[in-house]
Amino acid sequence: MIKIENIHKKFGKNKVLKGVDLEIPENGIFAILGPNGSGKTTLIKSILGMVVPDQGKIFIDGKQTHSNGLYRKNIDYLPQIANFPGNLGVSELIKMIKDLRGVNADSDHLIKLFQLEPFLDKKLNNLSGGTKQKVNIVLTFMFDSKLVILDEPTTGLDPVALLHLKELIEQEKKKGKTILVTSHIMSFVEEISDEIVFILEGKIYFKGNLSQLREKTGQEDFERAIAHLLKKNHA
Amino acid sequence: MLKILKYSFFDLIRSRWSYVYLLFYLLLGFVLLFLNQDLSKAVITLMNVIIILVPLIGTIFGVMYYYNSKEFTELLLAQPVKRSSIFVGQYLGVSLSLVMSLVLGLGLPFVFYGLFQSAAIWDFSLLLITGALLTFIFTALAFNIALYNENKIKGFSYAILLWLFLAVVYDGLFLMSLIVFETYPLDKFTLFATIFNPIDLSRILILLKLDIAALLGYTGAIFQKFFGTNWGLFLALGTLCLWVVLPVLNIRRKAKTKDF
Repeated sequence: MIKIENIHKKFGKNKVLKGVDLEIPENGIFAILGPNGSGKTTLIKSILGMVVPDQGKIFIDGKQTHSNGLYRKNIDYLPQIANFPGNLGVSELIKMIKDLRGVNADSDHLIKLFQLEPFLDKKLNNLSGGTKQKVNIVLTFMFDSKLVILDEPTTGLDPVALLHLKELIEQEKKKGKTILVTSHIMSFVEEISDEIVFILEGKIYFKGNLSQLREKTGQEDFERAIAHLLKKNHA
Repeated sequence: MLKILKYSFFDLIRSRWSYVYLLFYLLLGFVLLFLNQDLSKAVITLMNVIIILVPLIGTIFGVMYYYNSKEFTELLLAQPVKRSSIFVGQYLGVSLSLVMSLVLGLGLPFVFYGLFQSAAIWDFSLLLITGALLTFIFTALAFNIALYNENKIKGFSYAILLWLFLAVVYDGLFLMSLIVFETYPLDKFTLFATIFNPIDLSRILILLKLDIAALLGYTGAIFQKFFGTNWGLFLALGTLCLWVVLPVLNIRRKAKTKDF
């Protein structure tokens, strides 16, 4: 599904990605983990073409990504911080994104699921962080692309919405989609992901499933296993 | 690109500032006509205002819109839309809404005053065309500055400095160099220096059309002597168009390699 070859990226003097090679097969939930500033978001943005890598190639479905960005029509992306044009209304925004993509989208059941009906006519400026994130989720999941990329999807969500989000992700997986997630909430990652990619200082440090991780670190608890990975590296 | 243009344009049309700008021009138009009681004279006064003010508004609006629509841009960047379409679309949205304010704001008072029965209609149209070109030029320059500067305050200062330089400082330097090097033949230098300032170029363009170039300044006289009225008009207009095209091309170029 996604093949990443030797990606390098630096911002000024700060080398964020130092030769990342990664292959993500079809169907499944893949969690990208790593401490703050390890390059998770940069990696995801490179896949999306929002960040232009200094070196390296990215293939999606065997085709190299092109700078015109039209391949993004097959990707649903949930950005980390829900930044929306503030003077638009929620329904206007949804309509606009549908119009820009030019494909059919089913937003109604998602709006109902996250109880966004009362906010449809409100300006995005006046929404709380959690409500904005719900709008963000609606915008992402209303399309039916084979690849879904979620950057910190849990930010600001209340427990009910979080449950709905997990259900949504499960449903999408059952449809045979490939889902990439980054998150800092370890219990969330443990619950949903099939495989884990651990990035540290711009390189892939570990890739495998949960039991492989436990084996490697000798820790039963997931959170401790991750902490162990971090500590071992710093020691 | 048209979709982006549409959204930017409607977004701006709904904003308060477009109306302030429009009202300002309406007021200016009516006051000038009221004071001058003559269309041709009003056109000349208007020229002096347009040549300084339009670039300033274009610069400020351009920078402001770019930084304010950062969220919108980020949202669009994740969609299957070409980068060049995003930025050029936004640029056209800003400049077209500014041009619309300009044309409507100045056009309406003059039309009410009987522009269509007057001989000044061509001069007036040229004035509007120049104003439109200046808007396109300075909005494009402002977008360039904003693309190169992540820091809002920096971008804003550079944009204002650019305007100050082209509108005020450039003329001063130009005059000084003419005085310092007065013993040398300066025709070619003058022509050359004029081409590098769209504000000077617009002034000459309008003055050539009004056929009073010889009265108003050295550059105008040289221009007319060198090219004659028609050639001069054509050349000035062409160079102004070049001033639009080159910055827009650079917007496209820079947008392709920028990280978000």
